[in-house]
Amino acid sequence: MALPQAKLDATEARLSGATRPDGAAWSNAARDAALARVRNAGLPHRRDEYWKYTNPETLVQTDAPEAALFQSDDTPIFNGIDRLKIVFVDGVFDAEASDDLSLEGVKIERLSDAASVDIHWAKDLYGVLEERGQTPVARPLAALNTALATDGIVIHVTGKVSKPVNLIYHHRSTSSDAILHHVIKMDPGTEITVLENGPAAARFNKVMEVEVADGSCFHHVRAQGRDHERRAATHVFARLAEESVFKSFTLTANGVLTRNECIIELTGDNAKAHVAGACVGDGDFHHDDTVFITHDAVNCESRQVFKKVLRNGARGVFQGKILVKPGAQKTDGYQISQSLLLDGDSEFDAKPELEIYADDVACSHGSTSGAIDEEGLFYLRARGVPRDIATNLLTLAFLAEAVEEIEDEGLRDEIVGRLEGWLERRRG
Amino acid sequence: MLEIKNLHVDLEDEDKTILKGVDLTVEAGKVHAIMGPNGSGKSTLSYVLAGRDGYEVTQGSATLEGVDILDMEPEERAAAGLFLAFQYPVEIPGVGNMTFLRTALNAQRKAKGLEEMSATDFLKLVREKAATLKMDNDMLKRPVNVGFSGGEKKRNEILQMAILEPKMCILDETDSGLDVDAMKLVAEGVNALRNEGRGFLVITHYQRLLDHIKPDVVHIMSNGRIIKTGGPELALEVEQNGYEDIKAEVA
Repeated sequence: MALPQAKLDATEARLSGATRPDGAAWSNAARDAALARVRNAGLPHRRDEYWKYTNPETLVQTDAPEAALFQSDDTPIFNGIDRLKIVFVDGVFDAEASDDLSLEGVKIERLSDAASVDIHWAKDLYGVLEERGQTPVARPLAALNTALATDGIVIHVTGKVSKPVNLIYHHRSTSSDAILHHVIKMDPGTEITVLENGPAAARFNKVMEVEVADGSCFHHVRAQGRDHERRAATHVFARLAEESVFKSFTLTANGVLTRNECIIELTGDNAKAHVAGACVGDGDFHHDDTVFITHDAVNCESRQVFKKVLRNGARGVFQGKILVKPGAQKTDGYQISQSLLLDGDSEFDAKPELEIYADDVACSHGSTSGAIDEEGLFYLRARGVPRDIATNLLTLAFLAEAVEEIEDEGLRDEIVGRLEGWLERRRG
Repeated sequence: MLEIKNLHVDLEDEDKTILKGVDLTVEAGKVHAIMGPNGSGKSTLSYVLAGRDGYEVTQGSATLEGVDILDMEPEERAAAGLFLAFQYPVEIPGVGNMTFLRTALNAQRKAKGLEEMSATDFLKLVREKAATLKMDNDMLKRPVNVGFSGGEKKRNEILQMAILEPKMCILDETDSGLDVDAMKLVAEGVNALRNEGRGFLVITHYQRLLDHIKPDVVHIMSNGRIIKTGGPELALEVEQNGYEDIKAEVA
């Protein structure tokens, strides 16, 4: 079917200013194929059903809208955690600011290096999970990323990695337009924690592809930058093999536009995938969590836990789908999306979807929007807790179910600390 | 300690008068009980004193140690020394009981110009008070009142009272939903807090709680007013004859 003219024009306008990076034959082929996917689907348009609640215009337009830099004296998150730092400034790897990339149990390379090597394992992963994730719903911004990304990190996990790998994104130019693509391949029985933080750029398009092998365990904790004017479209694609575990948590505080997509395929029996998000937004904040989980094996578990605190007209979106394929018996799927609306101007749009083709499954889902619990508020105040502190306490309590998805206590404390700080600054 | 004069209260949302001129004085060191049939205004009185939204005071006053409390926020009343043990303690998922207790205690200390209590001192205090109420560690760790039985919720109220050490305690139907053993435990907790400087107002339907918490003065409330005041024997009279006789007698 031919694309609508407006979409075609927008897509060609965006691609005309871009050049496909040149590397080894395999990476050139992967990028060309991705480019074809972009042209075939066309870049997102506000009339697309999948973008009904989030206008993609500024994510698609040729130049990134300017975004002022955010000044803060706060200690950056995860600073107190022993980790391997990998720093990107406006989407470009900064070797000097990064730690030495050698670490036991893992081999880390820059994407630009790996993509220039004629024979590299990344050939079997780069753009592969992204392409699988294009059906049944097209994700053209992810294909655009595969086509144009020059930088990113390529990680081969060969053992139990002793400390987290922390991808740190700095935003230094008000008009930076960053595209990063990370690829993570885990060997069977391995374990890694990947942390991400920082605003990255004025506009950020990021893809992460994760191959979670038999019995391996992937932990992901991310704190998206507080720069209010930044825009981000991110995709995490994961494929889970037998007995593997994937857990991803995202904290978002501020940001005029964030679209986080997470696309997971459970392809091996007894695998577990948990995706959680806590976001706090004020004013012209717009945050969209879009999740697509496919159960294609027996006895797998998936959990989606998304909590949003919205005030002063902030807007939250959740689109979450569980697809249970024929034969994926004993599936245990859970999905909850909730918003706490701190005033009458804020809005939350939720689109939970279940599509089930197996007859022995348990899938539950729920979505709510509500104000602060007045009963709880009075109870706390009757014990002497001032209204503003009581409100913050109840707000943190509301977010707790999502935050508790983070297994590591130290990381959980870091996230809670950020949430407390955000609420504290807006107290009264 | 607590002085209520000619208190008239309407429900804000409905055009309905609940309290029609309540006069009541609770002295320091004394336990007063209010008994009365359903709908007489007992719980409304406790909520109005604690500062809950939804009520409008149209006439009268309420003072705590001579200070007007009706214009204060609920948290200010608490810091001034007023404590309401709820008839239905509220469940707060996601807030740990310890966090709740500590936040409340430190907020009140701050309002009084005192330093926050250290984590170790606080822990010691809570453990000690919890032990006398037979509350285990699990109850302290769980979210506030979530999954607590009726008796556990009421014990948790008394624990809060013991930790916050208020001057004036109002117990709103603390006996409801309690079996005999739980009631004894709660009553012991309350009795342990009785002292010369503290006043109690115990609201109840039944005389049985008053077997365990012995009142100095008993008031009978009906249709928004205190219609009769007497000694502990008044409670026994209610138990034997019901409220109708007293209502008829007063009318």
